[in-house]
Parts: sequence; structure tokens; C-alpha cells
Amino acid sequence: MTIVSRRHALGVLAAGAVLACTGAAQAQQPIKIGSFLSITGGASFLGDPEAKTLRLYADRINKAGGVLGRKLEIIIYDSAGDAKQAVTFARRLIEEDEVDMIVGGSTTGETMAVVPLVTEAEIPFISLAGANVIVEPVKKWVFKMPHSDRMAVEKSYQDMKKRGLTNVAIIGGSGGFDQSCRKEGHALAGKYGLKVVADETYAPTDSDMSPQLTKIKNTPGVQVIFGCGFGAPTSITARNWKQLGMTNIPFYFNHGVASQQFIDGAGGGAEGIRIPVPALLVAEQLPAGDPQREVSLAYIKAFKEAYNLPPSGFGGHAYDGLHIALDAIKRANSTDKAKVRDAIESTKRFIGADGIYNMTPQDHMGLSLDSFKMVEVRNNTWKLIE
Amino acid sequence: MAEFLQFLFSGLTVGAIYALVGLGFSIIYNASHVINFAQGEFVMLGGMGTVSLMLAGLPMYVAIPLAVCLVVAVGLLLEKFAVEPARNAGVITLIIITIGASILIRGVVEVALGKDFHRLPSFTGETPIIIGGAALQPQGLWVIGALVIVVAALRWFFEHTRLGKAILATSYNPLAAQLVGIDVRTILLVSFGLSAALGALAGILTAPITLTKYDIGIMLGLKGFAAAILGGLGSSYGAVAGGLALGMIEAMSAGYISSAYKDAVAFVIILGVLFFMPSGLFGTRRTERV
Repeated sequence: MTIVSRRHALGVLAAGAVLACTGAAQAQQPIKIGSFLSITGGASFLGDPEAKTLRLYADRINKAGGVLGRKLEIIIYDSAGDAKQAVTFARRLIEEDEVDMIVGGSTTGETMAVVPLVTEAEIPFISLAGANVIVEPVKKWVFKMPHSDRMAVEKSYQDMKKRGLTNVAIIGGSGGFDQSCRKEGHALAGKYGLKVVADETYAPTDSDMSPQLTKIKNTPGVQVIFGCGFGAPTSITARNWKQLGMTNIPFYFNHGVASQQFIDGAGGGAEGIRIPVPALLVAEQLPAGDPQREVSLAYIKAFKEAYNLPPSGFGGHAYDGLHIALDAIKRANSTDKAKVRDAIESTKRFIGADGIYNMTPQDHMGLSLDSFKMVEVRNNTWKLIE
Repeated sequence: MAEFLQFLFSGLTVGAIYALVGLGFSIIYNASHVINFAQGEFVMLGGMGTVSLMLAGLPMYVAIPLAVCLVVAVGLLLEKFAVEPARNAGVITLIIITIGASILIRGVVEVALGKDFHRLPSFTGETPIIIGGAALQPQGLWVIGALVIVVAALRWFFEHTRLGKAILATSYNPLAAQLVGIDVRTILLVSFGLSAALGALAGILTAPITLTKYDIGIMLGLKGFAAAILGGLGSSYGAVAGGLALGMIEAMSAGYISSAYKDAVAFVIILGVLFFMPSGLFGTRRTERV
């Protein structure tokens, strides 16, 4: 009995010593932020600029002395757009790397797959993916950065309504992102007094959308087309729209096409298409008083200096995610997970590249509709039209 | 009527793309009975190579032949260092090797040339040709024209040249071919070079329509493969017929039935055809002699 208790006492002593040591070391230990991103694969157009942005700013922040006097350490894994890999990497981040929080998840699929894991581990998670389902219903430990697909639809519908266009034809791919946008397109039409009169689909592997567009063209009463999608098919759709002589029917696309690639790929076909985009893409055109102007221009400058090319609109999600995380850590004055979570939830008027964030316990995204800017493609570039 | 014409033009354009890609499968299949799953990668390399050379400042008429040469070099290297060392290993092993090669090529391009999609300018402008109220892309005519020329050239090659006949002979019976003095190893090398050139050409001609990207080979390769299977592997006419049929089925079912189910319609028809004609529309039924 005595032996046992002595051992027990020794154990407690040892544990106490270890704890004391770690406590002392903690001040010098880096703040660990983990990330899993689709750096390769189908969603690499998201993950690649996001990873570049995280690395760039981790570097800059460390050079400027870090956060709370501690260095910043970013651990990034490439989940390649695969939800299963995302789960594996999230588990590794939590259990092996013992990160303080996670900023990542380029796609909705990867994000949703990781949600149960972060909820159980009680670790703050800022997702960089689009769909509303991530924060609706609100999940205690999950936040998300960019505009949602619903906001892109609403912004476009608002603009259509302003122009008196009421009969909408939707065209989009069969992928998850496209389908989510299409669903919102149907659901929100009534709210803005619009009517969906045609709905056409293409496969992500299609190389000609003329049949779908011809059907839309021949549907009586179509006044405006709304496109859902991203990547090469959207460029092809835009080009076919022009080739079929349909430019008399105004065309809107969701924010998935907010990259120069879309315009270049369409080979002149994108001229006149309207798109809700993050302020980042039109930073120079924003009026001098716009609070997002300075933040966006600084981010563009830093990205250009580091990588010799302008950032796409998607890298901004990572910029916002990282900076909101660090802002919360500073306000919480620790990396205690619960305190940091509360700090993120109370983020107010945080000016990021994607918009101005006002988080509440009911809203874990915090962006409003006016963080999107409506642009039109003119002379192969974006022109702010509001 | 204009509607039907538009679906027809779309089907023809897309079908010609599938056919041109599908043709590449038949050459290597003819020489070795191997289905080269890196064929789609040859197509991608043609497009991406030309784009990269043009981005480096070369004019298009220099970039295109240079890109074709590069892809042929890749095809030859692939045969020399991956396929030939395993040539005694059986067809399935060789097919798996080509799958591995395709993943490798895709990965190298992804890292070296980036993940963005690119577009080559159309050879003769963007203004569509309007016939009966339907628009036809001028680039589509280029693809169709190239298809006609390639099929004629292949027919001439296989029927009227010693090398072509040697390839056919090797395909029917490698051992007998070797006995009459055909260097079977060279034949396989030539067929890889030839189908790499064909793939590169297809990639360049179609890049203004389909756009090009490091992973476009998966999609074009799959459709081209489906075209070749539908038409009958090893037959040039078969690849053309299969490609055009596939393109036409897709366009018509997207136009008249439902764009959401057009791929399903296409695959059901392919399955149906293969059920009744297992060697495809133009494939010759092979009989095993014991």
C-alpha cells in the first residue's frame, strides 16, 4: 500500500514538473496554425493561392516579431480536394502536430468532412470554403471566411431586378459547387420577383455547351442567363454564348469565375458578362474612401512582390482566415482554444480582403451582401459598375 | 431547323475531337494490343507544350512543330524506358505501365507548367460561320479537316508502305513477323512515336475549343477511348465513326432529351452496342486458332 502511494506521489511530482516546464517553455513556443488545402487536384485554383498566401504572411509576421511575442508556425498539408485525405490531415494536425487552431479547407466537401473532428477535439476551425451549409446551422467551433454561393446569387439577382430582367435561365455544371449555386438560384428567385424559366446542365468534362445554350435561346421569354460554375467549362460557355449570337441576352456568372483565366479562356467571349466579385479584383477601382481599398492593395502588393504574379480572388480567403485567427489570438491574449473561439465569434468590423467581417453567435461568416462588388467584363478586364 | 442544325454542328465538332483523340489509341493497339492510357497525356502535352512555348515568346507556327517534336520525344522515351524493358510481361502489365506513365506525366506538367487552364487562339479567328441560323466554329472545321487528312494518311501508311504493313503484320502475329525479318522492337517504338505525334496534333487542334490544362488528358483520353471502343479498337474508321457517334449522341440528347442525362444516354448506347457487337462497330472479330 505504502509503495503504491509513494509511487503515486512520485508520479504526481513528475507530472507537476513536466507541467511546470511546459508552462515555462510555452512563452517561447510558436503559435501553431494548421492547414489542409487543395493545393493540387481539381480545386487547386483555390488551394494553391491560399497556400501561397499563408506562407507569405507567416513569413512576414515572423519577420515583424510574431504574435504575442511568439513565432508563428504554419503547417500545411495538401488534401488535393479529397474529403478523406482532409480528415486524415485534420486528425494529424490535431493529434500529432498539436496545432492551436485550423485555418483551411478549400472546398465545402473537405470542410464538412472535418467538422465532426474539430467539434469533438474542441479546436477553432476557420474554413475557406464557400457553401452556407458550413455555418448553417451554426456549429460552435466552425467559422468560415469567403462569401457564400447564396450571396453571389442574391447579389446577381439584385442587379437583374434593378435592370428589370425577370425571366432567368440557369446554366451550370453537374459538380457540387455548381449544384449548390443552382439550388440557391431556384430558391431565391421568388424573393427578388424573378422566375426561372430554363435550367440546363453540362458535365465538367464537356467541351461545347452550344446545345444547352441553343435550348435557352429557344425558350420563350428568357431575359437573362445566370451561370453557375468555375474553371474551363465556364470559359467555354461564355465563348459559345458569343458565338451563338446571344449577347443580346445579358449573362451573369457566379463568383466562381472571378479570375483572369476565365476571361482569357473565353477568347473575347466574356465581354459584357457580369459577375459579383471580391473587392480584391477591383481594388484599384474602389473609391478612395472605401475601407477595403487599402487592405486589398497592400495584399496585392505583397503577393506580387513574393510570387511575381497578381493574386487571384481566392487567395484573399486565406488572408482573411489567417488574420482573423491572429486578431482573435491577440484579443484573447493566449492560444487557449475556448478563449480564441470566443474571440473569433466577437470579431467586429474586421476589414479583410473579402469584405468587412462582423461575427456574432448566430453568424459565423460575418459578411454582408455589400462586400461583393458587381463588375462587368470590359476590354478583357473587370470594370466596377456600381 | 436552325435548332437541329446547331445540335448537328455541335455534335460534329465535339465528335471530331473525340475521333481525333481516339485514333491515337488504335495505332499502339494495332502494334502491340496494348491500350495506351498515356494517350490522353500526349494530347495534353501537345496543347500545354504549344501554350508554354508561345508564352515563352515563340510565334505559333514555330511553337506547334516544336511541341509536336517534344511530345514525340516523350512518346519514344516512354516506349524505350518503360514499355520495352517489360515487353515480355504481358499486355495487362504494359497497360498498367501506361497508366503509371500518365500519372507521372500529369504530375510533372502540373509542377512544371502550373495548374491554370490556358487557351490557344483559334487558327482562323473567332467569328463563327452562320449556316441556316446555326453557328459553326471555324476551329471545328480545322478539326474535321485534320481528321479527314489523318484518316487518309493512316490508310495510305498502313496499306502502302513497308513500315505500315510491318506494323500490321506484327499486330497479327509477332513471332511470324519476326521470322520474316521484321524488327518487332522498332515497330513498337515507331508506333509510340506515331501515336504521340497524332496525340500532340489532336491536343493542339482542339485546344482553342476545349481549352487545355494539365489534367485535360484524363477527360479527352476517356472520351477518345470510349470512341475507339465504340468504333472498334484498331480500326481507324472505327475510331472516327465512334467519335462522331459519341459527339452526336451527346449533342442530340442534350438538345432534345435532357442536358443532365446526356452522358448517361451516351453510355447506355455504348453499352448497348458493345453488348450486341463486342468488338465495336468496325472491329474485326478475332478467332483464336488452337
